[in-house]
Amino acid sequence: MFRRSRVGIVALIATILAGTAYTADDRNPLAGDAKAAKAGEYEFRINCALCHGLGAKGGGRGPDLTRAQKKHAHSDAEMFQIISNGIAGTAMPANGTNGQGVGMTDEEIWQIVAYIRSQEAKAPAKGLANAVHGKELFYGDANCALCHMVEGKGGRLGPDLTAVGGSRTREAIVDSVRNPSRRLAWGLTEATKEFPQEYESVTAVTADGRQIKGVALNEDSFSVQIMDAGEHIHLLDKEKLRSFQKSRESAMPKYDTDVLSDKDLEDIVAYLISVAAK
Amino acid sequence: MRGRLNTGSESSWKSGALAPRRECHTKLGFSPGSPQGLKADLSRMRNAAPLFHGAVKHGLVRQSPVGFTAMSLVASLFVAVFASFGQAQVTFERLVNSAKEPQNWMTYSGDYSGKRHSALDQINLTNVRTIVPKWVYQTAATGKLETSPLVVDGILYATAQDNRAFALDARTGRPIWMYQRPLPGDIRPCCGRVNRGLAILGDKVFLGTLDAHVIALDAKTGAVVWDVVAADYRTGHSFTVAPLAVKNLIVIGISGGEYGVRGFIDAYDADTGDRRWRFYTVPGPGEPGHETWEGDSWKVGGAPAWNTGTYDPPTNQIFWPTGNPSPSNRGEGRAGDNLYSNSLLALNADTGKMNWYFQFTKHDEHDWDATQVPVIIDTPIDAGGKHLIAQADRNGFFYVIDRTTGKLMSATAYGKITWSDKKDAEGRPVANNQASPTLEGRTICPGALGTTNFMAPTYDPQTGLFYVTARDQCDTFSTAPQPYEAGHAYYGSAYFPSEDAEPYLGFLKAIDPATGEMKQKFQHTSPTWSGVLSTAGGLVFSGDAEGNFIAFDAATLKSLWHFQMGGAVYAPPMAFAVDGKEYVAIGAGSAVYAFGLP
Repeated sequence: MFRRSRVGIVALIATILAGTAYTADDRNPLAGDAKAAKAGEYEFRINCALCHGLGAKGGGRGPDLTRAQKKHAHSDAEMFQIISNGIAGTAMPANGTNGQGVGMTDEEIWQIVAYIRSQEAKAPAKGLANAVHGKELFYGDANCALCHMVEGKGGRLGPDLTAVGGSRTREAIVDSVRNPSRRLAWGLTEATKEFPQEYESVTAVTADGRQIKGVALNEDSFSVQIMDAGEHIHLLDKEKLRSFQKSRESAMPKYDTDVLSDKDLEDIVAYLISVAAK
Repeated sequence: MRGRLNTGSESSWKSGALAPRRECHTKLGFSPGSPQGLKADLSRMRNAAPLFHGAVKHGLVRQSPVGFTAMSLVASLFVAVFASFGQAQVTFERLVNSAKEPQNWMTYSGDYSGKRHSALDQINLTNVRTIVPKWVYQTAATGKLETSPLVVDGILYATAQDNRAFALDARTGRPIWMYQRPLPGDIRPCCGRVNRGLAILGDKVFLGTLDAHVIALDAKTGAVVWDVVAADYRTGHSFTVAPLAVKNLIVIGISGGEYGVRGFIDAYDADTGDRRWRFYTVPGPGEPGHETWEGDSWKVGGAPAWNTGTYDPPTNQIFWPTGNPSPSNRGEGRAGDNLYSNSLLALNADTGKMNWYFQFTKHDEHDWDATQVPVIIDTPIDAGGKHLIAQADRNGFFYVIDRTTGKLMSATAYGKITWSDKKDAEGRPVANNQASPTLEGRTICPGALGTTNFMAPTYDPQTGLFYVTARDQCDTFSTAPQPYEAGHAYYGSAYFPSEDAEPYLGFLKAIDPATGEMKQKFQHTSPTWSGVLSTAGGLVFSGDAEGNFIAFDAATLKSLWHFQMGGAVYAPPMAFAVDGKEYVAIGAGSAVYAFGLP
């Protein structure tokens, strides 16, 4: 079995860190090896799929890796470096630093690179989508920007969508517009808490009969922090409320095809992907 | 029966640890006005001191030349040392009779039975709404704080991540000593650089380390007294468990079920660190149970023992639970029941010989370690006078076992379960044909984290109920064949939260062990990893993932009081008293908190 020397890898990483232009030599030594790609698929499931999804199509947290055009890793060597060292400032950890031991061997990392390459879509899908028109719709007739922010412009009630084009698949974005309640988006993530807050819809009635409807920014057993449609933040103690109800019916309206055509939705998705690729 | 608050006059901390030292000085007869005399006396005392700490192993402890000559000095030192021991020595007798000193919490679960119940009732149903934080100790560690503190005679001993250990003034939270093990850079913790606490015996506390050492520390200074290597950390061995002191032995179980270790439970001589026995939880060739492993799979069969067991003094048996077979999520290649993975073991404390075992999950493919605290419960004479042991298992069933024979009495689901719908002739739930992971992925309940996990439960003798932290979460299990490679993760499968939109639910549940019936429950906002404490004050305490410490009415599980600690809880609460004042303590975020009446 192939095993790359440590010295070789160190030299390789040093080259990457030095910012040298990549050459054909930076390619995966296991490139095109179907058996290596299969081994990589299993390694991927165990080490990567929690965030990047089975099949590398992107889970709730990590980007879709089946796109040929990636934000951080272009060459095989860059991909190896990112898997080894992580991406600072993101949730992508360095190999062996997630509290689960020493991580993968170099060979196993190259197997994963081979697997990811084997999964990449060769042609960009739906090349006809119009990102410029998508932007017009986002800030115009489709009313997305009433609740969603992109690059600092838009509303605050829903999740900021600046990065969503890179972290979710095209299909997942379409699905979340057509069926917004199927999977609620994640909101605030606290350092030691296992699960992030979700964008749950809440209705509270105060002791004096005032009804407050909105989205939970955070919640525990005793208090809740709500943003209403007017972007006012309400800080409430549950025991003082007359009633408190949560719903997993998203505050986002369901966009059927009679409200937003498939073509227009594709344009909006193309816009979001173009923003995330910047 | 309500316990009475013992003010602990015979072992009160009021006179202070400094008293023996003052006594030494006096007996040595140096003059405070003579610095040279003082220096000489202290030098001789310190040089002689290691003699009284027991053997020094492996040359890892700094050893000073022994330089005393005068018999009078030796005699006075003996007097001083014994005076000191009279106050602080934690004998086996004290551990057996811990009910006589409810102000102290001297083992992981508070006593040998694993009940995590405090007989203190100063904080009770009528005044719990008034309790306030008394102190906070910041450990400066990151990650999950899973420690369960000990308290003996006014001093609190606890641990934090990366094998920190510390002793605090339990009244104020002020540190007396701090220790941190210098760990190698390539340790193999599976699930965080965590530690769940210390054992105490004699004048030492005992720590299992992430690089698979067992260490004895001087309880008064934190200095290393002995340090032994239990196993090679580079092949995935580590310790996260709080050891258990029994007689003169320190009993401890290995971690590494995610690395294909061959699991074991060890007992070390508390004085010297010499290993007295080892029980391999995966039988070797020629041993009973070996036939339950396919081929050579036993060599990397897992069955770690990473949570603290319990001890039954009348029968001299240790009850210790074991974890998953390796690889954790793939049964192919290890056909058979895979004994003694996911089992409760009854071991002779002196020899480590097994009296009986009970396997909760045969041939596990879901990482359902049975490493939950097994709680010793005796039913009243008029209710049959049974000697039982109860365990709320990670696989979603609550088991009650006759601890004399190991015979199963009952098994009742206490959470959402899809893996089993029938029982075998012994009454043990068995897997159905929808339980194994598949290549394309199959959704199974409970998920890999289980209905419960390592979080300590409590049994409250006053309500007769068993309280346990539980979650309803299903996972999609997808196989991913993986060769064994020494020191590398060995799961053989992947699992993910199921795609279903339903949220994961977290509960505190109260189960009647007599019937298995769930009597009360409190639903948390999200699942929590907090343990549970009950007290004679009619209260149950637990924490949540949102950072709250919560007091409940033990009868109704209605929340009576809460405090926001600012970090998720992965630790169990405990209770103690100093100077006649009751405290309840728990770790959250990266700090230990103590609460008491204003």
